[in-house]
Amino acid sequence: MKRYSAFAIAKEAFRQHTGWERAWRSPEPKARYDVVIVGAGGHGLATAYYLGKNFGITNVAVIEKGWLGGGNTGRNTTIIRSNYLQDPSAAIYEKARSLYETLSQDLNYNIMFSPRGVIMLAQTHHEVRGYQRTAHANALQGVKTEYIGPQRVKELCPIINLDGPRYPVLGGLWQERGGTARHDAVAWGYARACSDMGMDIIQQCEVTGVRSEGGRVTGVSTTKGDIACTKLGIVVAGHSGVLADMAGFRLPIESVALQALVSEPIKPCMDVVVMANTVHGYMSQSDKGEMVIGGGADGFNNYTQRGSFHHVEETVRALIETFPMISRLKMLRWWGGIVDMTGDRSPILSKTPLDGCFINCGWGTGGFKAIPGSGWGMAELMATGHSPLTEAFSLDRFKEGRFIDESVAAGVAH
Amino acid sequence: MLIFTCPYCGAEAEETELTPGGEAHLTRHGPGSSDDELQDYLFSRENPKGVHFERWRHSYGCGKWFHAARCTATLEVFGTYPAQTSEPPQEIKDAISAKRPGWSWREFSA
Ligand SMILES: Cc1cc2nc3c(=O)[nH]c(=O)nc-3n(C[C@H](O)[C@H](O)[C@H](O)COP(=O)(O)OP(=O)(O)OC[C@H]3O[C@@H](n4cnc5c(N)ncnc54)[C@H](O)[C@@H]3O)c2cc1C
Ligand SMILES: [Zn+2]
Repeated sequence: MKRYSAFAIAKEAFRQHTGWERAWRSPEPKARYDVVIVGAGGHGLATAYYLGKNFGITNVAVIEKGWLGGGNTGRNTTIIRSNYLQDPSAAIYEKARSLYETLSQDLNYNIMFSPRGVIMLAQTHHEVRGYQRTAHANALQGVKTEYIGPQRVKELCPIINLDGPRYPVLGGLWQERGGTARHDAVAWGYARACSDMGMDIIQQCEVTGVRSEGGRVTGVSTTKGDIACTKLGIVVAGHSGVLADMAGFRLPIESVALQALVSEPIKPCMDVVVMANTVHGYMSQSDKGEMVIGGGADGFNNYTQRGSFHHVEETVRALIETFPMISRLKMLRWWGGIVDMTGDRSPILSKTPLDGCFINCGWGTGGFKAIPGSGWGMAELMATGHSPLTEAFSLDRFKEGRFIDESVAAGVAH
Repeated sequence: MLIFTCPYCGAEAEETELTPGGEAHLTRHGPGSSDDELQDYLFSRENPKGVHFERWRHSYGCGKWFHAARCTATLEVFGTYPAQTSEPPQEIKDAISAKRPGWSWREFSA
C-alpha cells in the first residue's frame, strides 16, 4: 500500500493524479478463513483491524451484503463523547474516544476527528442533578468532563437561546475533548488498513445462513457460496436478530428506525456539538456548513430505513426553540437507519450459545463514537476468549440481572 | 405513516394518535419463574424482518390496547384485533397467508 502524505499529493499533482491506487482490493471469497466477520460497518471493520494489528490474525474475511460503511456507520451524525454514567460504559467509550485522537495517524487516513467539544444541555432540575452526578462519576472514572452553568453554555454556543419559554437552559455537561469525525472515512480508513494486512473485504455478498456442527460454528452460507471459518463474528447492527436467528439463538434486541437530517450550508455559526435530551434534539455544524440534526428513535420494529415524519417534526420544533436562528433554514437531505436497541440501552459484546460464534451489537443510537474501542475489545474477546473491556457487556447479563443501565444517561439518540 | 383501524372504536388512526407497545402475545412470567423465563418475558424479542405481531394503544382515541399484524420489512398492515386473546384470530392469519404464504412467527403459522 502506498502511504498518503503531503509528498504523495505533490508527486501526484505533477503526473495528473494517475498514480493513486485503489484503497482496498475487492477479492472473491476463499473457501476458508480463520475468522469471518459479518458486516462491514465501522464495528466489523475495526474488529478485523485490531485482530490483525494486536493479535496477528490476518486470515480474515469481512463479508458485507451491500457496500462497506453503507449501514448505520454511513448514516449517523458522528457525535463522539464518553461522558457515560456506568463504569463499563465509561471504560469502552473512553477507550474509543482516546483511540480516535490518533486514529488518522494510526490508519494513515484522515478521519477528520474534530474534538470541538460536546455540551449536553440540562433543561429540567432532574437533568441538572443527573448531569452533576455524571460529572462526579466521570471524575472517578478518569474521564474529563465538567458541569457548567448557563452563562458558560452561552459563551461556548452564542446562537443558543437560554430562556426558551418551556425548557430554559439551566446548565450543561461539557466534554471538551468530545466532538465529531468523518463517518465514511472511519469505515474507509479501517477497510484500507485491513486490506493492506491481507484481509479480504467481500462486498455485495449477503450471509444467508450460519453453519455449525455439534454446537460449534463451521462457517457461513452466502450469496457467493459457502465459506468455512474457525471463528465467526456477527457485527450487523439492525440485522442482529436476523443473524442470531440463523445461528439459533435469540437476542434482547429490537430494531427501530432512527432519522437524521441536514440543512443547506450556511456560514460558520456553531463550533461545538449541542445535545438537548429533554426536548429530543441535537445539532452540530459540518465542515461544509450544513447544520446536522438528529432526534429520537421511532417506537416500533422497522427494517425499512424509513422513519416517521412526526419524529422529525418534533425534533425540529424543539431545536427551533433552542436555536431560533435556524427557523428559516431549508433542509437538504433526510434519511434513516435501523438501530439495534437493547433492554438496558447498552451494547452486547459477547460469546454466544454457539461455540466459536461471537456477537457485537446493541449499539443502538450511539455506536459511532465507540467504533475503535469496540473493535479493540471485540478483537481481544475473539482472539483470547476474554477482554476486560467487553466482560460486563456479555449476553447473559439479561438473565442474571447485571444491567448496565444507560437508558437515563444515554437518554436520547446520538 | 402507519394507519391502523382500531378494533374497538372502528376509527382509522394514524401513528400520532397511537402509542406503540412492543411485541404481542408475551407470556407474563411472575414471581417464582426461572431466570430464563423472566429473560424471555422482559428482554428476548422476536424482532423479525417480516411478519410481526405487536401491541398498540389508541392513546388519543378510545384509549384501549389492541393487537396488530404488520410486516416490518415493508410496513404493510395485515389487520388489527382485540387484545383479549393469546393467539391471533384465524381471519388475521388468513389475511397474512394471502400475502406471505408460508409465514411463521413463534409457534404460530398459516
Ligand atoms: C440517524 C442516525 C444517527 C446516529 N447518530 C450517532 C451519533 O451521532 N453518534 C454515535 O456515536 N452514533 C450514532 N448513531 C449510531 C451509529 O450509527 C451505530 O451505532 C453504528 O454506526 C453501528 O455500526 P455497526 O458497524 O455496528 O453497524 P452498521 O454500520 O450498520 O454495519 C452493519 C453492516 O452489516 C451489514 N449486514 C447486515 N446483514 C448482513 C448479512 N446478512 N450479510 C452481510 N452483511 C450484512 C449491513 O449491510 C451493514 O453494512 C446513529 C445512527 C443513526 C441511524
Ligand atoms: Zn379506539
